[in-house]
Amino acid sequence: MAELYITKKDSSKIIKYNKGKMCWERIKHFLKELIQCHTAFLGAIIVLSFILIAIFAPFIAPHDPLKASIINRLQPPFWIDGGNINYLLGADEIGRDILSRIIYGSRVSILVGLVTVGISGFIGTLLGSFAGYYRGRFDATLSRFADLLLSFPYLIFAIFLMSIVGPGFFNLIVILCFKSWVNFFRLSRGEMISEKTKEYVEAAQALGVSDLKIIFKEILPNIIHSILVLATLRVGYFIILEASLSFLGLGIQPPTPAWGSMINAGRAYMLSSWWVSTIPGIALLILVLSINLLGEGLRDILDPRLKLE
Amino acid sequence: MKGIKILERILIVIPTMLAIAILVFVLMRMMPGDPVDKMMGESGNVSIEEIQALEKEFHLDLPLFEQLKIFITGIFHGDLGVSFQERKPVWNIIIERLPATIELALGALIFSLIVAIPIGVISAVKQNSLIDRLGMAFAFLGISAPAFWLGIVLIIIFAVNLNILPVYGRSIFAYKPVHITGMYVLDSILSRNWLALKDSLRHLILPSISLGAAQAAVITRILRSSMLEVLRADYVTLARTKGLSEYIVITRHALRNALIPTVTVIGLQIGMLLGGNMIIETIFGWPGLGRLVVTSIFNRDFPVIQGAVMLYALIYVTANLIVDILYTYLNPRTTL
Amino acid sequence: MLKINNLCTNFFTYRGIVKAVDGVSLELKEGEVLGLVGESGCGKSVTLLSILGLVPYPGRTTDGEVCFKGENLLEKSSNEMRHYRGNKISMIFQDPMTTLNPVFHVGEQIRESLRVHKHSRISKRNEKEKVFQLIKDVGLPSPEQIYYQYPYQLSGGMQQRILIAIALSCQPKLILADEPTTALDVTIQAQILDLLRKINKDMGTGIILVTHDLGVVAEFCHKVAVMYAGKIVETGLVDQIIYDPKHPYTEGLLKSIPKIGNKKNKIQSIPGDVPDLATLPKGCAFYPRCSQHMPKCKKNEIPLQKIEKERQVSCLLYKKV
Repeated sequence: MAELYITKKDSSKIIKYNKGKMCWERIKHFLKELIQCHTAFLGAIIVLSFILIAIFAPFIAPHDPLKASIINRLQPPFWIDGGNINYLLGADEIGRDILSRIIYGSRVSILVGLVTVGISGFIGTLLGSFAGYYRGRFDATLSRFADLLLSFPYLIFAIFLMSIVGPGFFNLIVILCFKSWVNFFRLSRGEMISEKTKEYVEAAQALGVSDLKIIFKEILPNIIHSILVLATLRVGYFIILEASLSFLGLGIQPPTPAWGSMINAGRAYMLSSWWVSTIPGIALLILVLSINLLGEGLRDILDPRLKLE
Repeated sequence: MKGIKILERILIVIPTMLAIAILVFVLMRMMPGDPVDKMMGESGNVSIEEIQALEKEFHLDLPLFEQLKIFITGIFHGDLGVSFQERKPVWNIIIERLPATIELALGALIFSLIVAIPIGVISAVKQNSLIDRLGMAFAFLGISAPAFWLGIVLIIIFAVNLNILPVYGRSIFAYKPVHITGMYVLDSILSRNWLALKDSLRHLILPSISLGAAQAAVITRILRSSMLEVLRADYVTLARTKGLSEYIVITRHALRNALIPTVTVIGLQIGMLLGGNMIIETIFGWPGLGRLVVTSIFNRDFPVIQGAVMLYALIYVTANLIVDILYTYLNPRTTL
Repeated sequence: MLKINNLCTNFFTYRGIVKAVDGVSLELKEGEVLGLVGESGCGKSVTLLSILGLVPYPGRTTDGEVCFKGENLLEKSSNEMRHYRGNKISMIFQDPMTTLNPVFHVGEQIRESLRVHKHSRISKRNEKEKVFQLIKDVGLPSPEQIYYQYPYQLSGGMQQRILIAIALSCQPKLILADEPTTALDVTIQAQILDLLRKINKDMGTGIILVTHDLGVVAEFCHKVAVMYAGKIVETGLVDQIIYDPKHPYTEGLLKSIPKIGNKKNKIQSIPGDVPDLATLPKGCAFYPRCSQHMPKCKKNEIPLQKIEKERQVSCLLYKKV
């Protein structure tokens, strides 16, 4: 049950750990630090709340997000004249409850963000690690390809491809992943290259440890923190990107509630009923803001901790 | 030596552009939706002869490879084809709209620099003070708020409710300045038309802020963290022991070094500016290239899409190249 | 010329107050070279920075006097201090590679000093000529070429000479040298020391040389002050300190210098570690490592006492004169 590790943190000593115990200790330590860092903690709480809201949407939302009600169209939020408690945040252009649509819309945003970053992060890190470790032609061609992909502004690319394959959730994910793996690729490749020159890698190689094992068990645990930080920050970016595409009508199609398309729908009523566009945007702002706070906090927690240990 | 390296980099642009051209061409042909249909306005009661005539006119009846050849050779002659929708040469259409986009991008860039540099520097110099915390809060908001939403909110606040800034467009017709460069602000200055200047600036403000807010946020943060690092450096202490005033130490010694990584980031942001243009242009009714691309994609207007995308790619690649060259001058230790 | 009285500089960190400089008193006459010796982290560099009022955050000079030609520098405002820095008192640092600004060429960096302190009666061409002269003075050839070089294009020794040129530009009365030779090879070290010696002789400039290398001290200094854990533990003329050390710490330092031809096999080192300045115990800070400690050494702070002319020790082994 004991594992032998030679890591950057303890290059002078060989320490036997019981793997299970070590993991739990580290998680506890991490949580403690997270609570101490106020902004990150706040971010984490808000993100968690959004996730819970998204999961339990059917139980929380006061109305059916798809149910239109012409009588109530363009009703203002309850704190403005003409609004009532029934439609807490007002109603949109065909009378659907904005609050419920926001609650259901969070599903789309969170799902898109997590899935995109998850998939592209996984692929990008994998490719980048191998490219950085082995170099050679594999690395050269991939890097060239990555540079080519980067020489396009993101939005144009996305709009372009969405026009080709058509809208829809699955297509959206694929297209978003298509370009985002590059960031993870570059980061993991760069870190792999610089880590490979360190002594603990030489030591492992001298011990006869296989390359695969070195990559996954030695180096990856040391670079995972910067990859995690990048991942967290990208989630927010992709949520905004999805909203932009929905805004243009190229993302999630109505009537499925998505914050971007809700903002777009409200444009026609900007002059009279500002809440239709503004309020979904505020939800978006809060979610992305808390994700970014969390990401920043993670960066502070994970980085110096590794240096101190 | 340096000149040769620069030349090399410039030359590599050509095969890159070629690859992009082919890629764009192929991808577009894969789009569903018949361009001829769109041209006809999908009215449905057209004769076969008319359809065939249109197809012949735009080479749509030729095999794909032939179409590609025509396109590529056309590029080298400066002929990007003719728009399906407007029947005008693509080049003309693009040139007509390009200055508007450039003006918007420049406006956003200038706005973000004006905001980001002072805040970034002051936040770093007075670390953990109130200004620092406010600055960082602002930076966080900037990257968390989607640009299109920000644009809408700004319109609602300033144009609709406060009524001090216009909602749409680049200028009121009566105040449109003489066409010299196509950029209204520049043209008004050049022709000393102060009324037009005021008018075009009023139209430029809100779109620039919407587009530039995210840039400002990113630049502020990068600048701040570079400055923090630099301010701890030995050469800053030396500058102080020389008896220089704190102001000179910060601006001449620290900022020069801190700007180096910042400039690289700014260069990469130019690509984002071009991409984000589309949505902002749509919201503000700004007659630029971005809007053109969006409508062309919906209309399956292949030549326009091809031309515009190629132009975007060219600008992006050139911007990166310029940043790389600039970097070697700022940091004497690096070479291309 | 320079009289430091009971200088105290504290660093207010989240772990506690670190007394980096704790009641340091020094004296330097015109044209003298004072060696400030001690291990890393004992407060030597901070002392120098305190003289110029450049202690970095979270540090602050809390007490004491620094009298330079009769004026107390600690009471001066920031603007007034700028008149002294680089002009009357200059400083050279340890690692020239990081101390020179990488984006300006070295000529410009020297010229900057001239420009700040001379009252722009010198024209641009004259400034350049002066810089050439300075580059020659520090022993570098072909100043016209060196002027336009960037720091990374010069070797360590050349960079350090440039730093010295910057320090000399306004003919200061006092040079504060913070381990100027530590980052250089031994042969270059000798050259730099020669240069400093020449400056001291020809221009009568006083030098405070911070170092941990007693060999350098022996060659070059007139007086020595030994520091430990933020306090001065012994002062005296160089010959006295080298050949007749009084404080056990000084003895330990001298004994730990490896000598060729020494019959013993092991290098004698001072046992133990440098103490944590945030948690100093009462009494003598050297107590845990001292071979001759006594119970009463732990009780109270031991002041610096004069035991002979030009000699002071803070150790209970010696009686005050």
